[in-house]
Amino acid sequence: MPESTDTALTQIASRTDGARIVLDRVSKVYPGQDAPAVEEFSMVAEPGELIMFVGPSGCGKTTTMKMINRIIEPSSGSITIDGRDILSLDPSELRRHIGYVIQQIGLFPHMTIAENIAVVPKLLGWSKQRTAERIDELLQTVQLDPGTFAHRYPRQLSGGQQQRVGVARALAANPPVMLMDEPFGATDPITREKLQAEFLRLQESIGKTIIFVTHDFDEAIKLGDRIAVLSERSQIEQFDTPAAILAEPANAYVRSFIGHGAALKRLALIPVETAVLGAASAAVDHHRIATDDSLRDALDLLIVTGAPAIGVVDRSGSLVGSLTVERISTALGADATALAATRSDEGRPA
Amino acid sequence: MTPFDLAGLLTFWSRRWDDILELMVEHLVVVLISLAIAMVIGVIVGMLTWNKPIPAAIVIAAAGVALTIPSLALLALLIRPFGLGWTSTVIALTFYSLLPIVRNTIVGLREVPPSVLESAMGMGMGPIKRMMSIQLPIAWPIILTGVRVAAQLTIGIAAIAAYVAGPGLGTLIFNGLSSLGSKNALNFALTGTLCVIILALVVDAAFVQITRLTTSRGLRA
Ligand SMILES: Nc1ncnc2c1ncn2[C@@H]1O[C@H](COP(=O)(O)OP(=O)(O)OP(=O)(O)O)[C@@H](O)[C@H]1O
Ligand SMILES: [Mg+2]
Repeated sequence: MPESTDTALTQIASRTDGARIVLDRVSKVYPGQDAPAVEEFSMVAEPGELIMFVGPSGCGKTTTMKMINRIIEPSSGSITIDGRDILSLDPSELRRHIGYVIQQIGLFPHMTIAENIAVVPKLLGWSKQRTAERIDELLQTVQLDPGTFAHRYPRQLSGGQQQRVGVARALAANPPVMLMDEPFGATDPITREKLQAEFLRLQESIGKTIIFVTHDFDEAIKLGDRIAVLSERSQIEQFDTPAAILAEPANAYVRSFIGHGAALKRLALIPVETAVLGAASAAVDHHRIATDDSLRDALDLLIVTGAPAIGVVDRSGSLVGSLTVERISTALGADATALAATRSDEGRPA
Repeated sequence: MTPFDLAGLLTFWSRRWDDILELMVEHLVVVLISLAIAMVIGVIVGMLTWNKPIPAAIVIAAAGVALTIPSLALLALLIRPFGLGWTSTVIALTFYSLLPIVRNTIVGLREVPPSVLESAMGMGMGPIKRMMSIQLPIAWPIILTGVRVAAQLTIGIAAIAAYVAGPGLGTLIFNGLSSLGSKNALNFALTGTLCVIILALVVDAAFVQITRLTTSRGLRA
């Protein structure tokens, strides 16, 4: 049915700001193995959502993700993107509308950076002009100067720069869906943090539906709209927002995954402006924190300086209040209460 | 055998330089034709077998055994079905060129990192597109090295093709060998041998250039 395949793909492709992905009881049994690598996996990713898969090595994160672009064919179950069953679509055509970033990056060594990025636009028959403009735009988006980098080869780039090109290449044809398998895995902590921050900013503006695999729980907290904590055979132990998982881990397995310092990790997710601030006059020293910094940054400053209270400044730089350890602690409690309230309001299944 | 006489050799060259040149060109042409045919066959066979361990092993083993067949014997075998001259020569040379070309094609294609192949697949390239725009270009320098080895091998073997009345510099060498004792016997053999060596060096230098010009800058170490 080539005709319906075409229209289905056109419809998926037009949703450049994210498509809805539904996995329904998807299983994968590798040939020659008794136990499934993924068993009865069901999940809905809403348009524009950034979903993190976290779990220990070998639990089936990669296998689950690769079934969405049919690099691995499911043994059973169904996967739909915007209501279209992906198994009814031509795999190569489908993949041109799903951005794909793998841990080993996999840039084409014989092509320049520009040529690497141009691969999917070329496959889709874009004009030279449109492709060239897109390459420029993307290199700027991932903070690589087009004049310097467009005509270099992958081997002339650092690991972190290559990762960025990998992301740019996956974004090239503006796909509604992105699959990212530990895209920042091979970088040092500093580069990784930078790439994560850039990526968050990018996602704010592009709003793709993204499945992002990591085994770094802190990365999952930092980036994810929702996190799926997975165990053996890709079983979902908990699937919720970072704040909810930190505040109420579903079971011992999830708790062990969060590790120590859950409260601190939660503080990192709460901006200073949500806390009830004290009087500005209480901040006697010159230590200042911005309203859009996190409460964790605020606590950090309090501890480092030993000051009883620190001043809070807004974007224009004027002093709007003060914070103490007590107030931070209260804010954390209020956050948990608010979370519980929204959850019972929505009547959302855990 | 007459003693070596430099003046005699120079005279020999000045009288026969156009014949010598023609034989050299013939030699080159027969080698290039054979290489071209072997490249088409070898690369196709390599592309069909590189990811199938058993067929690949069989192909490499077969081509290896083939290489141990003495060239004189192979040429003699070819006379009956294909007669004397160019055809038998081209077939024999193609045969010997296959091993290095097939083997290097298989090795080259296997050296493409799996991550590169996976991202090509993940970007929506079909198998043919992947082979043509990703795998072959990355394997290209290794394939060309195989062709270069084959060229060296066949330039030497082509000299023996004169045995089946094939074209090329072998004619000079065989002339010399069959007229041992005559005045120009040594000059014939020596000239033939020298020209083969020169041809080999020139072709090798040409391959260095071709490899440089046709390999992506991104693949150079
Ligand atoms: N091609 C394959 N053939 C057979 N078994 C496989 C294959 N790929 C993965 N597996 C097995 O399936 C299970 C899940 O593997 P998968 O790669 O999905 O894990 P993962 O969660 O991505 O792990 P990691 O964090 O180490 O990347 C593992 O037990 C693995 O050994
Ligand atoms: Mg994995």
